[in-house]
Amino acid sequence: MLIINCPYCGPRDQSEFSNGGEAHVKRPDGSKEIGDREWGEYVFIRANPKGLFYERWVHTHGCRKWFNCVRDTSTDEILVTYKLDEKKPNLNNFKSVVKTPSGEPEVGSGNFTVEK
Amino acid sequence: MKKKYSIFSLAKNALSGHKEWPKMWRSPEPREFYDVIIIGGGGHGLGTAYYLAKEHGLKNIALIEKGWLGGGNTGRNTTIIRSNYLWDDSAHLYEHSLKLWENLSSELNYNVMFSQRGVMNLAHNEHDIKEIKRRVSANNLNGIDSFWLSKEEIQKKVPIMNTDNLRYPVLGASYQPRGGVARHDAIAWGFAMRADEMGVDIIQNCEAHQIRTKNGTIEGVETSKGFLRANKIGVVASGHTGVLAESAGIRLPLQSKPLQALVSEPIKPIIDTVVMSSAVHAYVSQSDKGELVIGAGTDSYNSFTQRGGFNIIEDTIRAMVELYPVFGKMKMLRQWGGIVDICPDASPIISKCDIDGLFFNCGWGTGGFKATPGSANVFAHTIAKNEPHQINSAFNLDRFASGRLVDEHGAAAVAH
Repeated sequence: MLIINCPYCGPRDQSEFSNGGEAHVKRPDGSKEIGDREWGEYVFIRANPKGLFYERWVHTHGCRKWFNCVRDTSTDEILVTYKLDEKKPNLNNFKSVVKTPSGEPEVGSGNFTVEK
Repeated sequence: MKKKYSIFSLAKNALSGHKEWPKMWRSPEPREFYDVIIIGGGGHGLGTAYYLAKEHGLKNIALIEKGWLGGGNTGRNTTIIRSNYLWDDSAHLYEHSLKLWENLSSELNYNVMFSQRGVMNLAHNEHDIKEIKRRVSANNLNGIDSFWLSKEEIQKKVPIMNTDNLRYPVLGASYQPRGGVARHDAIAWGFAMRADEMGVDIIQNCEAHQIRTKNGTIEGVETSKGFLRANKIGVVASGHTGVLAESAGIRLPLQSKPLQALVSEPIKPIIDTVVMSSAVHAYVSQSDKGELVIGAGTDSYNSFTQRGGFNIIEDTIRAMVELYPVFGKMKMLRQWGGIVDICPDASPIISKCDIDGLFFNCGWGTGGFKATPGSANVFAHTIAKNEPHQINSAFNLDRFASGRLVDEHGAAAVAH
């Protein structure tokens, strides 16, 4: 179970939150010009990295505010949470522990789910 | 040499203390070039290699697997098999698979322990009843055995079920008698053994790192055992398919999440069918060893940790205990998570893509085991002929541009 640091309320149990998938997805410009394929990509395709991932959460059973987060999907470690109007952090600031495509972290997955 | 299993081979090997059983497959070192390389040694991948060799006469095939055969989701599921899906496209695909299951033990001469003990999908409210009756009718129109069970009939089949004294009472169910369960390891081992006999190189502990392409055509795959050239590559890597596709510059509409299951301590036979409930999210069957095999759900967020959140199994156990109060004091033995790749329409992708010679069989999400032989069979056809089989033509990548989705979310008896 994750402990998520809501930028408004502080650290709370995951059961108070709902996940909103990839963050910073931009609606394509020029909606009259682009074809079905571009629309299809915008509607259906989301990043699915093994490693560092920008994602959205909402504090459903708390302040009900949306916010963004960088999480390592190979360990579930939450690296930073930030408000929607804050600039997205550079991923180079964080270290991903996955060395090969199907590699596992040395500590064992899931062990970062509690605060260090 | 073809390995034969019978009562006589069992008796013969018993005399030598079971020490003389031949190895089921070779462990060759990879060659430099293959006509087809399959990435992923689960049931779907091994089956694909088997049907490529058997039905399409291809000789120069390799299958690479990062760990051991069937060690991923093939060995991490609840082994439920059924074909009572709502839409025609899905019904045809899963029925094709179910028909192959029915003959698989004799075809492979290896007991996959397919037990057609029936599958029940419970209705807990008015809407469930309408949806399930609609699905039963759709199944019947597609020639699939499926009928409606009243509450009394359910009570007769599963006397331990608490149908009335719970928050969401049981009002009826759909029932598919030809559904059931099978042995997950056996399907992987059976396919592996027979594919190996036909000359397929099965290479374990060989991780695919990067798919290499040149001018829109496949070149080969970088692996932990070096670069392997190939004319065609089939990716069947479940949760990691998206990661590999990305290495070839292809973005797939997949999201990877852990799906959990758990088994209890073994008990005497108490439930002789498979009971699934989407509404309260619990499904259960009993293994031949006597353990209850219980399926839970996926986490709400993307993750590659093969573990899953505790709240998910907590929810499932709560529903189980309410539905079967008699299980209340049982202990759970094991819990595990597998990474499943989920498509936006909850239907699989069995398709070629923009790159010549690159094929994907993915997006099976939470229900791929039942489809193992069928999926492998039509995927082998797609790879060999460079075009889809009639059965999987709807499950292409183009549907995410055309909008012709096979929307099985909630519409089928899918439990997630």
